[in-house]
Order: sequence, then C-alpha cells, then structure tokens
Amino acid sequence: MKNLKAIISMLMLLTVITSCNSDKSKASHEQLVVYQCPMKCEGGKTYDENVNCPICKMDLQVVEGEVSKKETTNEISDESIFNLTSKWHTEEDEEIQLKDLKGKNLVMVMIYTSCKAACPRLVADMRNIEAQIPKENLGDLQFVLVSIDPTVDTPKRLKDFAKENAMNDEHWTFLQGTESGVREFANVLSVKYKEISPIDFSHSNIISVFNKEGELIHQQEGLGVDNKETVESILQLTQ
Amino acid sequence: MKTKVFSLFIICITFQSLMFGQAKDMVLIEGNRYIPLYGRDSTVVEVKDFRMDVYPVSVEDYTKFLKENPKWRKSKVKGLFADKSYLSNWDSDLKMNDSVNSNSPITNVSWFAAKAYCECQDKRLPTIDEWEYAAMADETTKDARVKPEYNSRILAWYEAPKKQPVIGESPKNIWGVYDLHGLVWEWTLDFNSVLITGESRKDTDKDSNLFCGSASINATDLMNYAAFMRYAIRGSLQAKNSMKNLGFRCVQDIKQNM
Repeated sequence: MKNLKAIISMLMLLTVITSCNSDKSKASHEQLVVYQCPMKCEGGKTYDENVNCPICKMDLQVVEGEVSKKETTNEISDESIFNLTSKWHTEEDEEIQLKDLKGKNLVMVMIYTSCKAACPRLVADMRNIEAQIPKENLGDLQFVLVSIDPTVDTPKRLKDFAKENAMNDEHWTFLQGTESGVREFANVLSVKYKEISPIDFSHSNIISVFNKEGELIHQQEGLGVDNKETVESILQLTQ
Repeated sequence: MKTKVFSLFIICITFQSLMFGQAKDMVLIEGNRYIPLYGRDSTVVEVKDFRMDVYPVSVEDYTKFLKENPKWRKSKVKGLFADKSYLSNWDSDLKMNDSVNSNSPITNVSWFAAKAYCECQDKRLPTIDEWEYAAMADETTKDARVKPEYNSRILAWYEAPKKQPVIGESPKNIWGVYDLHGLVWEWTLDFNSVLITGESRKDTDKDSNLFCGSASINATDLMNYAAFMRYAIRGSLQAKNSMKNLGFRCVQDIKQNM
C-alpha cells in the first residue's frame, strides 16, 4: 500500500516535471482536435480527449476537419505580440497579459520613472503624438508605457507617475512586468537596455505602433524626431 | 498518517535526485568580482556562484527538445520568435541533414528558442557577465586574459577555415567547461544590453539620441579584440535572428537549500 501510494505520487510528479511545455502559452490550441466514436454510438457527440466510447468501448477517432471553435475566435497571428504569455501589472494593479489589450491599436514605449535624461522627452513624444490624434480616434487606441525597471516601478509608483504627467485617462496604460518578461518584451521591440547603476538604465528610444492584432506596424527611433510618420500610421489604423 | 509522511519523503528524495540528474552535466562556477570589457558605471561587476553546462547544446539535445515541444519546430515556430533563418540548415522538422555529426553544437536558433530550451529544463541562459566570466579562464587560470596566448588562440579560431565543429574536442578550462571558445558563439540572456549602435563603419561616436545614458558605456580594455568581437556580435543581433555560428548553453542558479 505504501509503495503504491509512493509510486502513484512519483508518477504524478514526473508528469508535472516533464510537462514543462504543457502550455504556459495557449499556443497549442492549434492542436486541439476533436474525437468521436467511429460507430457513432452517441450520435454526433464529440470529445476533446481520446478516451474510449462509453457505450461500445471502442477507441475514439479524430474527426477530420473539425477543430475546436476556440481557435477561430481567439486566433493570434504569428507575428503578433499577443503570443507573449508573460504577466503584467497595470498602474491600477490589475494583472493582465498583453493579449488582454487586443482589440485596440497600441502605441508602446519603454521607460522607467526615475529616469532623468531621455524618458521625460520620450514621454513628451508620446503626449505629442497623442495630441495630434483627433478625439474620436482615441477610443480605438491605447498608449502603453512599459517599465524597464520592474523592481522600482511598482503599480503605485506608475500610478503616481501617470497623475504627475497628466496621463491618467483611460487610453493610457502603464505596465510593470517581471525581469524576464521585460527582457523578452524588449527583444520583441528590438529595444536594447542595460542597468548601469541601481537607479539608472541606458536604453534605446523607440516608440512602436501595433495594430489591433498586435502586429508591428511602425517604429520610430530616436528622441524628439519628427513624429509625422508615426502619427500617420496611427491615423491610418484608427480610421 | 505514517504512510503519508513516508510517501512524501520518497517524493522529496526522488525530486531531489531528479534535479541533480538534470544538472549532472553542469559544473559549479564560483562567483567573484571582475572587470569585463564593457561593465556598468563602476566597471567592476559581481558574478554570483552559478552552475554552467559543461557543453554547448548539441544537435541531438535540440532534436529531443523539438520532439517534445512541437511549437518550436521549423514549420510551427511563430514569426515573432524566429525569422526565416531558424533551423534553415535542417532538412525537415526533426531532421538535420545526414552529413552533420549529431554531436555538433546546435546553431541557427533564435534567442527565444534558446531561452525556451533552457527554461524547459529549469535552467536559463547565462548573462553576458556570467558567460564572459567563465570564458576568461583557460586550462590553468581563472582569468587568463592577461596571457598573450589566451587571446591569440581565440583569434586563431576566428581566422581558421571553417570545418565541422564537434563538441568536446578541445581541452576544458579550469572550471571544467568545454568549448566556450573555438566552436561557436553563444546566446546570452541579456545580449540586448550591448548598446553599440549598428554599423561600426558608420558610427563615429555613440549616438546619444538613440541611447539614453550612452556616455557611460566604454570599453575598458581595447586590446581584448576577441571579446570586442563578441560584444559587437551581441550588439548587432535581434532576438529572432539566428546564425550559422551561433549556438547556446544553459546555466542554473544555485538554490539555497541544495
């Protein structure tokens, strides 16, 4: 009896360990297939798993061409940033994933709130862009500022920063991630950054525009550069 | 009650041995402070103790990973995580061409793929500082950078004509790690912290408009040309890129209770 228990728990543990890929991401919903009894004992009833038919006990078969409905409503394209599964906290301390931002066009930038050099200008660039977008287009748009300093920039601090800079409206979002989530996100944006002291970072100054599907449409690199193209790309998306 | 305690005990033992099992091809690298080519403001960086894979990840290892993780196969991988060059020298999803020794280091993988591979084994990619720290050793010393033959040997590799690389053929360094030099370049976790801009031909100076605080990133030892090449490569890469001579290995933090 003892042994049995131990063996069972070991087996369970093994499955836990070996299934590291068993999906932190939802990416594998591509493989969601539907099974059905070959004898159709229960009419058209389908199963998500390959269990035996409860009536005739035969192995179920994959139903060709019938993929679970989830896929069509939830499809995320290959190039979309919504493929990232890292977790983030907003300035309101809500936990979200990037795909929760789906449905709006996104204008994103990476900053940190204790930055004295470039970030105020980057933030100014963001506000400058926002000011050039007609009010009626803003509903389709979310401006997202992602912190590269997740240890210092807590949701509360981000909230304070938002208030100080009059960026407290609905269409501004601030995100605090994990260290590895931030690193991964920066890599998606091709943003480079380095901690040069406990309170200071070097970082690339890049503003990125994404469409509603999370696909990169435009990137503007540099500080105080002419943002005409960026604004144009946003206007095109929000028409 | 006793049974429960007993089975819990068994589980712990199994778990422990499993963890060790996974880490058997790793060695301990004792941390220290050192001056890398590109440091932080104080130039000295501190590396904590960590464990490092003795060998770079081989084609065989990676094939196994692909079998278990279909989403990283060439035909399935998302464009966000790997560009067209990903596994471009593979004939099919699970097979490289026959001419390649399965004990060659895996190359043509993106940063995202390398990161996923390591995380799948409860490991991670090394940071630049960790990698450079382990790589400045030779067979007999922990910091061989002052020895002229250390540099000239690495540079000789850069110059040598390409032949098929096979893991573990050159001598291990003092930590017991093989092939940090002489085989392929390797991905690092924070490769995107190298803020040298694009083309060296174009850049007369650091572009202070592109990088906030770029004045603080200066090379400490311009004689270390080999290291400079590595930093330059890192600076030019994007995470979804892959290259024929860029592979990776994993490291693991030392857990307090182990």
